[in-house]
Amino acid sequence: MNKELKLIWKKFFNWVLGNGPRPENEVIPVEPPPDLPFSQRPNDKYSRFHEATLKERYNQWLEIHGLHIFSILYSALSILTCVVIVCLLLATVAELPPFGHERNPANNEVIRRYVEHGGHETGAQNIVAGLILDYRAFDTFGESSVLFTAACSVLMMLGKSRRNRIKTHQPKLKIPAHNLNDEPILRGIASFSIPAILMLGCVVVINGHLTPGGGFSGGAILSTALILAANAYGSQRVHQFFNERTFVILSSTALMIYALSKGYSFFTGANLFHSIIPKGTVGNILSAGLILPLNICVGLIVAGTLYTFYSLFNKGDL
Amino acid sequence: MINLLAFNIPFISIFVLMITAFITPLLPLKKRLPEKFSCCVIGFTAILSLYLLYSLTNSGQSLTFNFPMGHFPAPWGNELRAGPLEAVLSFFFCAAMFLSLTGNFSSTAEDISPARRQIFCVLVNLLTASLLALTYTNDLFTAYVFIEINTIAACAIVVVKEGASTVRAALRYLIMSLVGSGLVMIAICLLYDLTGHLLMQNMHGAIKVLMITKEYTMPLTVSLALITVGLGIKSALYPFASWLPDAHGTSTNASSAILSGLVLKGHIFALIKIYYRVFGLDVIHFLRMDTVIFILGIIAMIMGSIHALKQSNIKRMIAWSSVAQVGYIFLGIGLNTAAGIAAACLHIIVHACVKPMLFTAAGGLSTAAGHKKNLHALMGTFYINRWAGLGLIAGACSMMGIPAFAGFASKLSLTLASFDNPFIVWALAALAASSVLNALYYVPAVIVILTKNKDAVLETHEQPTLLYKISMFVFLALNFYLGLFCMPLLRLITRGVNVL
Amino acid sequence: MLSKLFLNHYEAVAVILFGIGMTNLLLQRNLIKKIIGLNIMDTAVYLFLAAKGYVAGREAPILIEDGAGGWLTSSALYVNPVPAGLVLTGIVVSVSVTAFSLSLALKLYENYGTLNIDEALLKMTEEQVELETRIEQAEEDVLGD
Repeated sequence: MNKELKLIWKKFFNWVLGNGPRPENEVIPVEPPPDLPFSQRPNDKYSRFHEATLKERYNQWLEIHGLHIFSILYSALSILTCVVIVCLLLATVAELPPFGHERNPANNEVIRRYVEHGGHETGAQNIVAGLILDYRAFDTFGESSVLFTAACSVLMMLGKSRRNRIKTHQPKLKIPAHNLNDEPILRGIASFSIPAILMLGCVVVINGHLTPGGGFSGGAILSTALILAANAYGSQRVHQFFNERTFVILSSTALMIYALSKGYSFFTGANLFHSIIPKGTVGNILSAGLILPLNICVGLIVAGTLYTFYSLFNKGDL
Repeated sequence: MINLLAFNIPFISIFVLMITAFITPLLPLKKRLPEKFSCCVIGFTAILSLYLLYSLTNSGQSLTFNFPMGHFPAPWGNELRAGPLEAVLSFFFCAAMFLSLTGNFSSTAEDISPARRQIFCVLVNLLTASLLALTYTNDLFTAYVFIEINTIAACAIVVVKEGASTVRAALRYLIMSLVGSGLVMIAICLLYDLTGHLLMQNMHGAIKVLMITKEYTMPLTVSLALITVGLGIKSALYPFASWLPDAHGTSTNASSAILSGLVLKGHIFALIKIYYRVFGLDVIHFLRMDTVIFILGIIAMIMGSIHALKQSNIKRMIAWSSVAQVGYIFLGIGLNTAAGIAAACLHIIVHACVKPMLFTAAGGLSTAAGHKKNLHALMGTFYINRWAGLGLIAGACSMMGIPAFAGFASKLSLTLASFDNPFIVWALAALAASSVLNALYYVPAVIVILTKNKDAVLETHEQPTLLYKISMFVFLALNFYLGLFCMPLLRLITRGVNVL
Repeated sequence: MLSKLFLNHYEAVAVILFGIGMTNLLLQRNLIKKIIGLNIMDTAVYLFLAAKGYVAGREAPILIEDGAGGWLTSSALYVNPVPAGLVLTGIVVSVSVTAFSLSLALKLYENYGTLNIDEALLKMTEEQVELETRIEQAEEDVLGD
């Protein structure tokens, strides 16, 4: 019994370890051709099958299945993380003030002043426009700077230096080589929709203090007109009047005007000086003090930036 | 009452930096005009902040003031707020930014093409403006907007140096930062919903009421945790710091210095402000967040140093050491007393001066060794660029906490602050262990650069420029000032924390 | 708790979306999917804010004429305008961040031929090993001479 156990143990042990390190001069015997008589078979000096150790077998198995198991584990873990985060936040949401209730903490004296006095304090009919461009103008100024930062960074990444970079893994961005004159439908539609889009954009920007909209949404609309023009008439035609230099000058100047005019209003406000900017009558186009020029500045910046993003990502050029 | 100029300085310094950022793309590239212009403006804001500090300390009883941004008073409009602590920090931020730019003036030119350098200047100006805005702001949503500017600009200055590895590093940095911003954003929304305000002191009042009535404890805890994790990711608190060594190790020297010394600190100070001014120390203690921060700080101190031990690239080593130093700051915050936060602020200042010096020195040494960054390649470089060698030695001594160097002052004040804490044994043990670990990797680096290399003939004997020497001298002077005469500064910071 | 969740169902949906978006941003390995996750996350925050601004039975915050040349300015008429402003800011931030991360992803693809950061790391380490061996060989050559 004991001997048998030892034998089994030894077999197991050999199975785990394999049978020792692989000898240097090991030759894996080729199956001899059957017609050869026994005496003529090649007599190898040292011949046996190398049996793999458990570790080698494990590594082999891991090579075949490891990636699969890793990806399963990974997705299981990600689902777990997601569920944990969602549960935590759901438990929080369940304790929040009820939805749409008028006595929630957020509906306090701050809101009351914005609504009740916003009209004559900022001159804007659209309370949100008055809020973001007059009461909390510093936030909005920071937000325009975020856009400027991103535009500069993208210009740096994809701009000029792309022409003389080292070409390693060139992505195959296929630029359609067709003749643009062959697209009568696109051109025909563009010829009457571009003016309409431009008009709509301008209306949204200029009426920013009266109706929903403003610089950001209007600028986005204006940029679609530019993108449509670039598609219908070729980006060369657009670049004749809008290239990298124009973009930089346009956005820098617009932001400068923004910063200086808002700086004036911050300065006078903080030092209790009298501001010379008239508020106008609520509801007129020429009202709401600085909000209209600021909306125009923001509209120009946004239109330029979005078209720049499009152009850089599409052609890698501006 | 302070005078008109000093009253307007927070606003002026932010706006001047912003306007410089908008002008810079229009400047001609000749004679490195954009860079010189930005350096001058940043130096100018440093002087302005110093003047603000001077007039605040001489103003009599009221040490702080609020600066309304616009014609509308506090809960309706945005507001900036300045006190001694804000003034000190903004001075040191501007000064360290200025010195990192001037010290690496020539290595920036080697790494980056002129057109990219112009945008680099734009980004640096925006970064400084956002740091100052984060320091001065009194409004949580303004803080969020400027955190975003900070994030984009920080990732972009990693990638100004062209190359495959910087892109990868910047992407990892950006993704981690974006997770952080998302968490901060939703936490701010939750807090707005619970309090109905975005201004810090009004939120604090509302949260006090909520704590008395025991309402909404769970949402408050969750939003506090989310803000802590979000800003912890951005300020490289240890378990979330995996992005840091790549980003700081691969970028150009000026970027590494700015990122390690300043960008992390801006987020940490934003976190301190939120803890102190929005929640208040009692609430933090009640919600048990101080213990969590304390433990994370200790883990960061040890693990950052252990990771730094494994590095052979000198810039990556210094980058991992930043993780350990961030751990010290979080340890100070976790003590949850005014003294602890003052010590943390002192360590912010010390690290903002020492880490840019270390990166500048490492840059100078690797230039002397023919642009190699491996530690053993730097053998004997002390004798080629002595200023850089001195900078590295002083920085290493400071990180180890040797008396008379800057790091000693902050470690001493951290130790003193931890005496009131029940976990003092842990704090002291961690401080001691981390100092030993710091020594374990800084001393070999110092020995390597001091060993004379007789075999290899170094063909490049590039002498450091005058600007480099001057910047290094100012760095060293700041280092010794902080090490030897920090007590007045610490008193000032303590006053600042008390009126925060 | 469940009944309260039903009461706050917009917020509940928003945080579920937030969790999905954040998990995608953190754990997807393809960069484009990560960026899509980022946008889901941001959109969830806007939904949350929009839900928070709503007050039952009130109008959008644009002043209405009272018919006698004036404006109705009672605060019981309009919903909370602050979340609208915050959403606007959030949208612009999200656009900027998305554009920047897409440009970085494009660069990564140009450099490594992959959109997966981990694969890029593998390729980079291979390149680094090659570079180091080349430097060592060069040094040996110099010393040999």
